[in-house]
Amino acid sequence: MDGAPTAPEVIESEAAASVERPLARVPLVLNKRNFSWLTERISGVVEQPAPRWWWVTFTITASIAAFGMFCLGYQISTGVGTWGLNHPVGWGWDITNFVFWIGIGHAGTLISAILYLLRQKWRTSINRSAEAMTLFAVMCAAIFPGIHVGRVWMAWYLAPLPNNYGIWPNFRSPLMWDVFAVSTYFTVSVLFWYTGLVPDLATLRDRATTKIKKFLFGIFALGWRGSNRHWRHYEMAYLLLAGLSTPLVLSVHSVVSFDFATSVLPTWHTTIFPPYFVAGAIFGGFAMVLTLMLPARAIFKLQDIITPQHVDKMAKIILLTGSFVTYAYIMEFFMAWYSGNQYERFAFFNRIFGPYWWYWWVGMLFCNMLSPQLFWFRWCRRNVFVVYFVCMCVNAGMWFERFIIIVGGLHRDFLPSSWGLFIPTWVDLWTFIGTLGIFTSLFLLFVRFLPMIAMSEIKIVVPEADPHYASPGEHHPVSASGMERT
Amino acid sequence: MRTPSGHKVYAMAAEYPSAAALYEAAKVVRDAGFKRWDVYSPFPIHGMDDAMGLGKSWLSAVVLIGGITGLLTAVILEFGPSWLIYPVIVHGKPYDWRTVPAFFPIMFELTILFSAFFAFFAWQLMNGLPRWYHPMFNWERFSRASNDGFFLAIEARDPRFTELEARELLEQSGGQNITIVHED
Repeated sequence: MDGAPTAPEVIESEAAASVERPLARVPLVLNKRNFSWLTERISGVVEQPAPRWWWVTFTITASIAAFGMFCLGYQISTGVGTWGLNHPVGWGWDITNFVFWIGIGHAGTLISAILYLLRQKWRTSINRSAEAMTLFAVMCAAIFPGIHVGRVWMAWYLAPLPNNYGIWPNFRSPLMWDVFAVSTYFTVSVLFWYTGLVPDLATLRDRATTKIKKFLFGIFALGWRGSNRHWRHYEMAYLLLAGLSTPLVLSVHSVVSFDFATSVLPTWHTTIFPPYFVAGAIFGGFAMVLTLMLPARAIFKLQDIITPQHVDKMAKIILLTGSFVTYAYIMEFFMAWYSGNQYERFAFFNRIFGPYWWYWWVGMLFCNMLSPQLFWFRWCRRNVFVVYFVCMCVNAGMWFERFIIIVGGLHRDFLPSSWGLFIPTWVDLWTFIGTLGIFTSLFLLFVRFLPMIAMSEIKIVVPEADPHYASPGEHHPVSASGMERT
Repeated sequence: MRTPSGHKVYAMAAEYPSAAALYEAAKVVRDAGFKRWDVYSPFPIHGMDDAMGLGKSWLSAVVLIGGITGLLTAVILEFGPSWLIYPVIVHGKPYDWRTVPAFFPIMFELTILFSAFFAFFAWQLMNGLPRWYHPMFNWERFSRASNDGFFLAIEARDPRFTELEARELLEQSGGQNITIVHED
């Protein structure tokens, strides 16, 4: 007799479930993976011996990095004349590369900090590697302003050190702001990244099979033991670091844009630069995150963790920031026309039809403005080849954009007699390619030696992590009306 | 307190099958009136601070001090040389306090930098880390605390601690593999 009254209830709840299904959230970790599977899969990448492809790729990228280092050494020992800089183009590929790399870093901080504050749980699959990418990109970026001063051994002049020459840096200079902004950015990113790593290093310590591994992971895990009395302070610190990184990341590229915006050159002297640069940085950075993550998820079989949903969301952010950038490009042209300033108008006319015309048509128009528009379509966001194609376009396009802004602003001086073009030398070329080698080598080392996905964070998004979760066999603490039973 | 074999007792500890079970057990131990106890999990469990009867972390106060220190450092660093010690007129701009808008970016950056350092060191110092040795590591099963294990330990230094009561409480709350963890 007991069975009879319960039967309609079951049917009712099934009906309710089928009604709710279209609105149900797609899980962030697919195939109902449990905690130990996540630990196993993510730590496994670090614990298993390096696969052959890793050695091959690393050898190639490390060789490129080494040749890039050689170019840097050659440039330092010989002089800045080894680069193609001359009047009127005094900032060429060096500053282009600097802005390119520092911009890439911004996506990592956006994912780790801003998405954390916005409670975007999907970030947990990608934040660790995106933050690592940030650090490596900022390292590559820092090379260029350091080197392009010409006499690197004088770089300490940048630091506010009391000395017997009575030389103090000019704190009103945007270049000085840049020194502080970039070094603060790098330092805070390292602290944030390492803080996130500590619980995962503890996992690797507890799983270590050899003494040397146990010792090294143990040292860096600081004796972490997952105590809730620790998590309490740790989570507050993590939240605050996210809160501090958020305005910081916005300030860094704003300050980078001040290097240009506070000057008096047509195309540089604009108030739109700070938000335009920040949007461009996040745009280019997300493309680089996807460029790294799409192969990584396929190679290390992380498709259950970095799901099509994650790729979809990142593609949407590329579309959004790409549209910001498109708006900024159009607004620049409008303001040039509307200002009535002949130099401004000429500079923008020259951008489209001048000697660097194809940089604009290919880089800015096709790569940055048009290609991300594909992401309006769901099947484009879900097709990894389309996503990869767009990301490659954006990677290239953002480099071209910086080149157009910098060299495009310089090569046509106010006096036509001073006009000139920028011709890169082999040292220019290989220094840039060298930084690509440094970046990829560092990322490969990161993937080898540290967990590329934040294990302690990804576990939180699994349903079992909820303190009110009841496994299907158990009694469910949530009543039919949706109210929690007390 | 020592075991018959002469080991010093650190705690009575148990393992729980899930985050939800640990959460419920924490409430039981809290309501029993224990003060010196802790739970261990591979990730922070939402709401566990309340279940353990812990308040909000006051780490934010430390970070505020850090931020103020950073701001003051920048103010002294910028105004000291540029206004008082070694004034230099650049671009015909004022060099005294009226030049402050141009000093904002560095004030901002150093505020962030110092706050971040304070946050970073505060979470370690407030947690007593780095500490590479801890009695809980003596328990073999505990290595799963960083993987998929959920643990609760009632420490022997708690004034209310008796072996019998602690074991009973852990049993009642659904603890498994209940054991004494040795200090050495």
